[in-house]
Amino acid sequence: MQFKNYDPGDFYDELFLAKGKPRPAATPLADRVNALPPGELLRRQEAAQVALFKLGVTFNVYSDGQGAERIMPFDIIPRIVSAQEWEHLELGLKQRVYTLNLFLHDIYHDQKILSDGIIPADLIVSASGFLQPCMGLKPPGDIWCHITGTDLVRDREGQWFVLEDNMRCPSGVSYVLENRRVMKNTFPQVFETMAIQPVEEYASHLLETLLNLAPPNLLDPTVVVLTPGIYNAAYFEHSFLAQQMGVELVEGRDLVVADGYLQMRTTKGLHRVDVVYRRIDDIFIDPKVFRADSLLGVPGLMDVYRSGRVAIANAMGTGVADDKVIYAYVPEMIRYYLNEEPILQNVPTYLCWIEEQQKYVLEHLDTLVVKAANESGGYGMLIGPHATPEQRQEFADRIKAAPRNYIAQPTLNLSRVPALMDGEFEGCHVDLRPYILYGKDIFVNPGGLTRVALKRGSLVVNSSQGGGTKDTWVLAQ
Amino acid sequence: MLSRVADSIYWLNRYVERAENIARFVDVNLNLLLDSPSGVTQQWEPLIMTTGDLHLFKQRYGEATAENVIRFLTFDSDYPNSILSCLRFARENARSIREIISSEMWERVNDFYLMVQDACQVENSPNWSEFLQKVKLASHLFAGVMDATMTHNEGWHFGQIGRFLERADKTARILDVKYFILLPSLRDVGSTLDELQWIALLKSASAYEMYRKGQHRITPTAVADFLVLERNFPRSIRFCLMMAEQSLHQITGTPISTWRNPVERTLGRLRADLDYLLIEDIITTGLHEFLDNLQQQINDVDTKIFETFFALQPIPANA
Repeated sequence: MQFKNYDPGDFYDELFLAKGKPRPAATPLADRVNALPPGELLRRQEAAQVALFKLGVTFNVYSDGQGAERIMPFDIIPRIVSAQEWEHLELGLKQRVYTLNLFLHDIYHDQKILSDGIIPADLIVSASGFLQPCMGLKPPGDIWCHITGTDLVRDREGQWFVLEDNMRCPSGVSYVLENRRVMKNTFPQVFETMAIQPVEEYASHLLETLLNLAPPNLLDPTVVVLTPGIYNAAYFEHSFLAQQMGVELVEGRDLVVADGYLQMRTTKGLHRVDVVYRRIDDIFIDPKVFRADSLLGVPGLMDVYRSGRVAIANAMGTGVADDKVIYAYVPEMIRYYLNEEPILQNVPTYLCWIEEQQKYVLEHLDTLVVKAANESGGYGMLIGPHATPEQRQEFADRIKAAPRNYIAQPTLNLSRVPALMDGEFEGCHVDLRPYILYGKDIFVNPGGLTRVALKRGSLVVNSSQGGGTKDTWVLAQ
Repeated sequence: MLSRVADSIYWLNRYVERAENIARFVDVNLNLLLDSPSGVTQQWEPLIMTTGDLHLFKQRYGEATAENVIRFLTFDSDYPNSILSCLRFARENARSIREIISSEMWERVNDFYLMVQDACQVENSPNWSEFLQKVKLASHLFAGVMDATMTHNEGWHFGQIGRFLERADKTARILDVKYFILLPSLRDVGSTLDELQWIALLKSASAYEMYRKGQHRITPTAVADFLVLERNFPRSIRFCLMMAEQSLHQITGTPISTWRNPVERTLGRLRADLDYLLIEDIITTGLHEFLDNLQQQINDVDTKIFETFFALQPIPANA
């Protein structure tokens, strides 16, 4: 199989300028693939899938009582990002995360951005991620969003846009690391000829970011990863990250608040915990403060947290920044807090709670994508051009009933990357989720999760909707 | 180490060892069948008795035919002690502590489970003998990989305790069954058939060659002696309890022959008993009674391990 016949068509293609004409950065890869004997690429693709399954790089399917796991479909043609492009993204992401952190701090303290009229106060109060019990909270170093996964897309012209920010507990970084491991075995020669930036330092950076939150006088702080347990969809990732950092993976039932500290139950009694990398949502953290029916968290944890005797990453309350209505204001935030222009643009966004914008949305449902402000994973979404009249009507009703909860965006023609499909190369739409760590400095891992819509013509890249992944190669200068 | 994690690694090893022992039981019976003169009734029911789940089996399957018994013990996903179920539990435990065990260990368990699952999804029965060999081998591979890739720390020792308690229990069970259920009618005692069955018993513990090196002649007393009291054979009950005790004391730091908690006392006492017993004493009091009592004490050790290390104490409301 060769790239000769691959036609990028009327799309922005990440690897090809035109039919038979790879971008300069992708040329060594294209040459290598073209030189493979017939059938070899398919064989390698299968070997890579088997390797991932054997490694247990899987996600869980909720409905299955036996806890069946599926492997995330993996395509072995990587996506390549040139050094200059990456530099631009890196600057833009740092600017964005820095700003969002200022916003989070402001919103839980003085709320200047509200009193200055940049964001209507109603929007904050009505955001489900805004947690009243976090008012006045002082996380170590005033850092709230330690780990962020920002979703980026490119349009037909190749321009980058931010699609959303994930600040509660973004997942997927384990695929980035494991995909890379498999790709090195699949195309070792290409790695030798191209200067691909390594992604493996993520775990070390993550550990440093977490240790940075521990009280400074502690000799050997205890860091844990808090998971909802083995039936969670991202359990593999939780355990993988704990393992890579060499810290304990704990569940709520392993933890208890005793003597004013968070402690874990060990074979030798209780042991104090200093930093929690939580992979459960805010509202499940402490049944005494949030959802009383939750068994995932630890009763009394919020008190310990507020007293500063334990650090939590990401800080409680960061979910307010995941709200898609608040996302629409990030460019304004950048101007407000930094007095700078945003380096990365948002996708143009219509806010349904504003009357004239709602009117536009309702009139153009067949061209827009409508999203619920607080859903993730591709749920609560209408893709106008692909929807039936009934579906559009249903969303129109929903929007009118709860305008605050919906936004709409134009359908972008997402950029594509060739993927193997039925023994041929087929251009498939992709997005990109880089991972950003905020510790002493802001670090952007050079790479990220490229999600790919592996259904012909589909624009939906979520794993829960049949999407897959690709390795992302960020080239060095 | 987290109590939950210690519990999981203990059970991970118990389940892998259990799967291996089931494979051993079935395999030996299959072999025995090939050696038996035609006309001899097939002895499949005793196999279920070793598991202690005869009642459940009767309910679900009725007659103890070879096919029924083998299905029940290998691939019955509703039977919690089948090979398939054991591997599913082992894997689940391994999955919940992946960050503690080495990735090689995880890959072995995962592979092991997938192998068994693949085998049970094939429509026709697999070549049983080949399949059972694979199960035994996969269990050895797991134990070997664990030994060679995991730090011999607290977690590793909990795993060792799980493996050796399970093995001691299973050796006791198969010996018990041979003595009281497989034991043919009086006129068969000392006949070729009887000897074949004792050989089969030794083989089920991979003990045949090692026994021959020490004892030469096959006699029931000497076989029982070997499987219960032999100090250096890795599947004898005494050896297993010695190893479990050593690991226990590595965890607690208490010197052997002294105790600070109920587990150390119960296990130490049991092991010490075996140090000073003669097989003749055991036969005089009755092998069945002895083995029955032994199994209860092993269960007691298991309970006390749970209470001492794993149990999550309820938290006082105002803690």
